[in-house]
Amino acid sequence: MQIQFTINGKSQSVDVDGKTPLLWVVRDVLNLKGTKFGCGKAACGACTLHVDGEAVRSCSYPIKFAEGKKITTIEGLGEGDNLHSVQQAWKEEIVPQCGYCQPGFMMATAALLEKIPNPTDEDIDNNIVNICRCATYYRMRKAIHRAAEINGAT
Amino acid sequence: MAEEIKTRKKGIRRRKFLKYSGVGLGLMIGGVYLTRHMWRRAIFEGAETMLPPYGGETGQPMIWFQVTPDNKIKLLSPKVEMGQGTFTSLAQMAADELEVDMDRIEVVHADTDSGNIDPMSTGGSLSVAGLWQPLREMAATLREMLKTKAAEKLGVAVSALSLANGVITGGGKSMTYGEVVEGVTDWEIPDVPPLKDRKDHKYIGKPIPRIDLHDKVVGAPIFGMDASMPGMLYGSVVRSRLIDTDMSNFDVSEAEKMPGVVKVVKSDGFVGVVAKSFTEADNARRKIKFDYNIKKDWNLSDIEEAIKVGNGRKAVIQKEGEAVEDIDGEGEVLEMEFRSPIGAHAQIEPNGALAHYEDGKVTLMLSTQVVGITRNEVADALGIDAEDVNVIPTYLGGGFGRRLHTPNAIQAAIMSKEVGKPVKCFFDRKQEFQNDTFRPPTHHIMRGKLSPEGKIVGLEHNFASGDTMFNSAILPVSSGTLENMLSADIGSIRGGAIMYRGIENHRATYYHVDLPFATSFWRSLGLLANAFAIESFIDELAIKAGKNPVDFRLDHLLDDGAYGTRIRNVVKACAEKSGYTDKPSGDRAMGFAASIDAGSPCAHAVEVSIVDNEIKVHKVVAAFDCGIAVNPDQVRAQVEGCICMGISASLFEKMDLKDNKLYPTIYGPYQMALMKDSPKEIETILIEGADVPLPVGEPPLGPIGAAIGNAVRRLTGKRLTELPMKLT
Repeated sequence: MQIQFTINGKSQSVDVDGKTPLLWVVRDVLNLKGTKFGCGKAACGACTLHVDGEAVRSCSYPIKFAEGKKITTIEGLGEGDNLHSVQQAWKEEIVPQCGYCQPGFMMATAALLEKIPNPTDEDIDNNIVNICRCATYYRMRKAIHRAAEINGAT
Repeated sequence: MAEEIKTRKKGIRRRKFLKYSGVGLGLMIGGVYLTRHMWRRAIFEGAETMLPPYGGETGQPMIWFQVTPDNKIKLLSPKVEMGQGTFTSLAQMAADELEVDMDRIEVVHADTDSGNIDPMSTGGSLSVAGLWQPLREMAATLREMLKTKAAEKLGVAVSALSLANGVITGGGKSMTYGEVVEGVTDWEIPDVPPLKDRKDHKYIGKPIPRIDLHDKVVGAPIFGMDASMPGMLYGSVVRSRLIDTDMSNFDVSEAEKMPGVVKVVKSDGFVGVVAKSFTEADNARRKIKFDYNIKKDWNLSDIEEAIKVGNGRKAVIQKEGEAVEDIDGEGEVLEMEFRSPIGAHAQIEPNGALAHYEDGKVTLMLSTQVVGITRNEVADALGIDAEDVNVIPTYLGGGFGRRLHTPNAIQAAIMSKEVGKPVKCFFDRKQEFQNDTFRPPTHHIMRGKLSPEGKIVGLEHNFASGDTMFNSAILPVSSGTLENMLSADIGSIRGGAIMYRGIENHRATYYHVDLPFATSFWRSLGLLANAFAIESFIDELAIKAGKNPVDFRLDHLLDDGAYGTRIRNVVKACAEKSGYTDKPSGDRAMGFAASIDAGSPCAHAVEVSIVDNEIKVHKVVAAFDCGIAVNPDQVRAQVEGCICMGISASLFEKMDLKDNKLYPTIYGPYQMALMKDSPKEIETILIEGADVPLPVGEPPLGPIGAAIGNAVRRLTGKRLTELPMKLT
């Protein structure tokens, strides 16, 4: 089926089986590889992106539901070459190790900061529930607070 | 010339073999088997502190570096980057000897065609430690080669040249390194020049931000899963859901009719679908029917019964003085048992490979810890020469030992050959959990005797585990040979020896048990469980002796100016920085533990409370001695990662087995530490107790489990003896 949506500010149309997970359309049809495959069951969060501003685990989101929606991936989080404050904070705190899960965490964090501009540690614990096997959580927490600071929310 | 190089290479290989034998991993010397127990023990003790040398090419700078006309230097790394920060440290080491700024150096994975191949693996925390000498030698040699050519081109003496950030100046003229190499095809390789002193290092020892940081925050396509080639198709392979089982009578008729399917490939050893997309391949694979032939029924209780001290093949790895029961004199004998479960790797990027077979040659792109071995295995499977396989390694979405076996590379190559197009094939998450090469479960019996004065007069660690290293393809000789010679798996014994050499009688004995599923390297191998058992027991003895556990440890660690002193130093630094006390305060208590692994000692002090009957770790102070920290920031990152991964393994992780099925097969049910479980405070003290860099990526996993258990003991009076620790 034909599905029309906006991705990273650009209008896009794809012709795929409506049950295809959004993740695979993003990665293999549109060739945006920053959104990762981890588990295929919405259990790890590596595939997190934004649909109309909400953090969504795209491995379990059929593409047919994306019709008419605005999708943002890690590639579209910043503006052009300017990094988003979350990416900037991630860089300042030197968060990534292997780096594979990090786009999902940054997308989840960006969505959190839209709702809670200056999250407490408890807000972070309750809302950032992706999995990082390198276990970079300690630096991630610092980076989330730093991003809030960059945004002027503190 | 070719003849000369060949001879030289042979010479190098021979020297390496001899060196190798010296550290006890290549175990045949002059064809004599080491059968005597004392020899074996010498090897086991050596394996604890001595590092195997790097086994790849270390004579030709031109296969390590490419100097480009724009005056950039590409370092072709034979080690892979899986998060450890190796690439950054290697760049720092090269920049210092090449006398260029960091931004002139780009580090890439060496593909096998480049010739810069590590014949073993990226693992054992040996990348920076192992390349410390050869890489700096190659960089320094290259610098001298560039100077010699520049002197010729500029018409001045080498001694008249000066270097500054990739520009060579002499006789009033300058040339960049890029200009020096232009048109040069013939290089003379001089003897290795003297290397720089520590005081002259501009980058080594500095907390330089990771060089892959930008790519990793913008989501650049750097991983094996991101690899693509024009016309690429997707593969999905049938994998067993049951252990100790054969699959037969494959019926692929329904799968062949599924949308998007290009071909169902039935090959030796596997059946797989090739389709136009991942989802189509995956959907079609699920339609393949087959029979399971279970060889023997297995449940978790059978595994627990098998993994027991006394079962399997026995190896005495440490024997000083008497057995505890034979020690004369007054005193109290204590005995405790500990257990650890089957652990999954659970790295987030699944295993997989992209292969393209074309005109008798194969190109492979994948995340792997065994680049050279993968090339050889694929060549063997396809009946072609190793030179006709080029393995292009990518960044790894986590390694942790999971990528030391790569059957998926062979499967992707065979499927590509069958369809005449590039094929990318990877595991799904369920397959990852069911076909992992697990951390083997363990059983430990600790026995100790305390004198009336509260000194340990005898300590024994008896433990049973499955394979870690001996299940692996990366060993220099067959595992059967090693097993006959050693009876022990060198990997499973990591952290298993008693480091308290001040105890007059100390022993460690290992029982090697075969298991009906694949077990292998899991970050730090035996260390996690062995240190948990030993350091929990030491704490219990300290309580029994009425001593502060830090002083108690120091009482039994030798101040020998080397091994013992380095452990003492991390113990003291950690106790001091954390303000360790054995008295609970409010709802919190502290726990302390230490271990040494691969020559790097580490101590942890943790602060723990109980919230809703669950153990909560608030703060961890670590003291770690890895010798020279080439990049102190990344050493700290590894310590932090080890602490949180260790918390995950110590408090949550556990595989179960029922009716031959290993489960859980998804994150969540396979519980792991999340943000909420990570300590909010981590402090790391680095001690430079050696004049070389020592292993970093695994040793800090040692003490964390015991430190937590010891804190819980102080808080609740209850000794937890099983991982994952639960209060029930």
